[in-house]
Amino acid sequence: MTQSDVAITPPEGLPAAKPTWLRRWRDRLFPADPAIGPQSQGYSAFGKILRTTAFKLTLVYLTVFALFAACLLGYFAWNTRRLITEQITRTVDVEIVWLAGQYEQGGIRRLASIVNARARRPGSSLYLITTFSGDGLTGNIASLGEGVMSRTGWSETIYRRIDDTEGSEHHALVQVFELSGGFRLLVGRDLDERERLYDIVIAAGQWSIALVIILGIAGGFFVARRVLRRVDAITETSRTIMAGDLSGRLPVSGADDELDRLGVNLNIMLERIEALMKGFKEVSDNIAHDLKTPLTRLRNRSEEALRTAKGEADYRAALEATIDESDELIRTFNALLMIARAESGSAAHLSDFDAAELVHGLGELYDPLADEKGLILKIDAEGAAQLRGNRELVTQALSNLVDNAIKYGRPVGMTTSGTPAEIVVKARTEGDYVLLSVADNGQGIAEGDRAHVVERFVRLERSRSEPGSGLGLSLVSAVARLHGGELRLEDNHPGLRAVLILPRGGPHLPTPAE
Amino acid sequence: MRILIVEDDRDAADYIARAFREVGHVADHAADGEEGLALAFEREYDVLVVDRMLPKRDGLSLIGELRGKKVETPVLILSALGQVDDRIKGLRAGGDDYLPKPYSFAELLARVEVLARRRGGREDMAYRVGDLELDRLSHRVSRGTEEIMLQPREFRLLEYLMKHAGQVVTRTMLLENVWDYHFDPQTNVIDVHISRLRSKIDKNFAQPLLHTIRGAGYMVRDPK
Repeated sequence: MTQSDVAITPPEGLPAAKPTWLRRWRDRLFPADPAIGPQSQGYSAFGKILRTTAFKLTLVYLTVFALFAACLLGYFAWNTRRLITEQITRTVDVEIVWLAGQYEQGGIRRLASIVNARARRPGSSLYLITTFSGDGLTGNIASLGEGVMSRTGWSETIYRRIDDTEGSEHHALVQVFELSGGFRLLVGRDLDERERLYDIVIAAGQWSIALVIILGIAGGFFVARRVLRRVDAITETSRTIMAGDLSGRLPVSGADDELDRLGVNLNIMLERIEALMKGFKEVSDNIAHDLKTPLTRLRNRSEEALRTAKGEADYRAALEATIDESDELIRTFNALLMIARAESGSAAHLSDFDAAELVHGLGELYDPLADEKGLILKIDAEGAAQLRGNRELVTQALSNLVDNAIKYGRPVGMTTSGTPAEIVVKARTEGDYVLLSVADNGQGIAEGDRAHVVERFVRLERSRSEPGSGLGLSLVSAVARLHGGELRLEDNHPGLRAVLILPRGGPHLPTPAE
Repeated sequence: MRILIVEDDRDAADYIARAFREVGHVADHAADGEEGLALAFEREYDVLVVDRMLPKRDGLSLIGELRGKKVETPVLILSALGQVDDRIKGLRAGGDDYLPKPYSFAELLARVEVLARRRGGREDMAYRVGDLELDRLSHRVSRGTEEIMLQPREFRLLEYLMKHAGQVVTRTMLLENVWDYHFDPQTNVIDVHISRLRSKIDKNFAQPLLHTIRGAGYMVRDPK
């Protein structure tokens, strides 16, 4: 779409753009075609080409070029004329000086005979000698412009030659020289040759400019149509994409020009949008499923209480259960929001903090809980592990990992009297990254399930009995991505080791290579 | 206690006001920021409960205006925006506490009461509840004649509970004030810490001092 297309149908309340003469003429020549519909802005294919930027640019270039060529040509013509005039002047000057010399030496008789002889030669200059009374003595001029002979010096005049049978008038440049004794001598040259040359130059120039304009417009038309065809293809594709088919991609010709670059970039954008939309759809499906289940439970329980409750105690119990269930829902909701925020990158409130200190703090918080479950929580975080990131989110992520380890870290068949299993929480710095790991001796996660568990709401079969939303690892993974890091789930032989790898300098470093 | 609720959601405001009145407080309601500001200037309140997003004048601007005019009434900010950054923004604007929606009334009540009490500004060097004594300078805890050995964190937990003796303290409040964490631990880690503390201060004594308040949190209370 070009700028003027926008201006043709101004939005309500805005004054219409002042039509330029070009637009007025264009509209008169190529009126809007209502049958074509709004997609093509209501103009015929021909009119559409005239509206392209390429065509308009061609017109502008053409105008500039034509003006320039006209100026150049004008200068050339003018200069040619000037040169010819100069040539004539010099020749006439020389001749007059020589003739005047002859007069000085031989008097009027000698001058007259020389002039007489010269005037008869074909293609000769113009000569005229008059007496003090103005009568012609000799020469080859039949008539002259009025008053030419009465003033000495240069002048342009019309004349007729004596030997000219057609009697047509010509232009000449003449000089009149006053000789002693009242005689006047006129010498001049015909100017027709000069005018003819001038006309030839101008005519040639006009034709070539006309040709350039015709070729230019045709070329502009061709280029515009080519560009327009590609733009139309892009428009067509984008329209199908807008209609909901996100898998469509813009055509790329392979010429690596600006339209290709635009297409490639738009395609990358479409790729990203498609991925986001897919993710979004997945999330909403998940939410629909995993929020509906507890909501249904909530509703059923209330209904059941209404139906079967026998006294205040029953109602109270049902209400308390309802509140517990709603609290659980709210937690799930908060976790989802937090994941969404982390994934959109809007939770990036960054600060510098020591991850080792954070590990110690969390260890202290969770130690009694682990102890109660018969697990030993070991902290391995010697020295500082400085990190730039969102402290709250990293804390939440690490606490999710520790929480998981406490829930699922009991070795199979372990008895409370046996040797307690360990959970090791580590913080260390490695190159540009800080590695935070939580390792347990539980059942671990089968290799095939590892990629799966970080998805939202995924809970493996054996975890169904434990409370939890199935969002814990999704959040950890989202937090890792927000920081430009990643979450790795590894085998701890036996058990699971979850490693949170975060770039020390904040989210701008590239993800660590595998 | 006199509480002003500035909240544009009438249902929510009515519910909170009613609940406050039920437990014996006086609660006024303002439906927008301007009205809230006018009331806060006009009357003496112990605590203001202010929603962040309000018509006419938003919550943060209201607090800024109050603080600018040297009105130091404690303010609790309610907000649907529960993220870390939002909380920090709220506290920086002059709020004293921040509670994300949805919240339980027990949580709101506990926080409001703590805020109102804090206004006295007196920081005791030692706390005493029944025969339980805590010395903040020497870090010694004793019950009757018996000295009780506590871990540093257990000491801070008890210190916070005793500072607010007779008031309900919720799990989130403990997590925020004793551990300085602002996140949601999936499991109730606090309960385990409380039960450890309880085993040290209550186990061998006839009168329990540390009580669990159902659906709300904990309270240290003089049995008399």
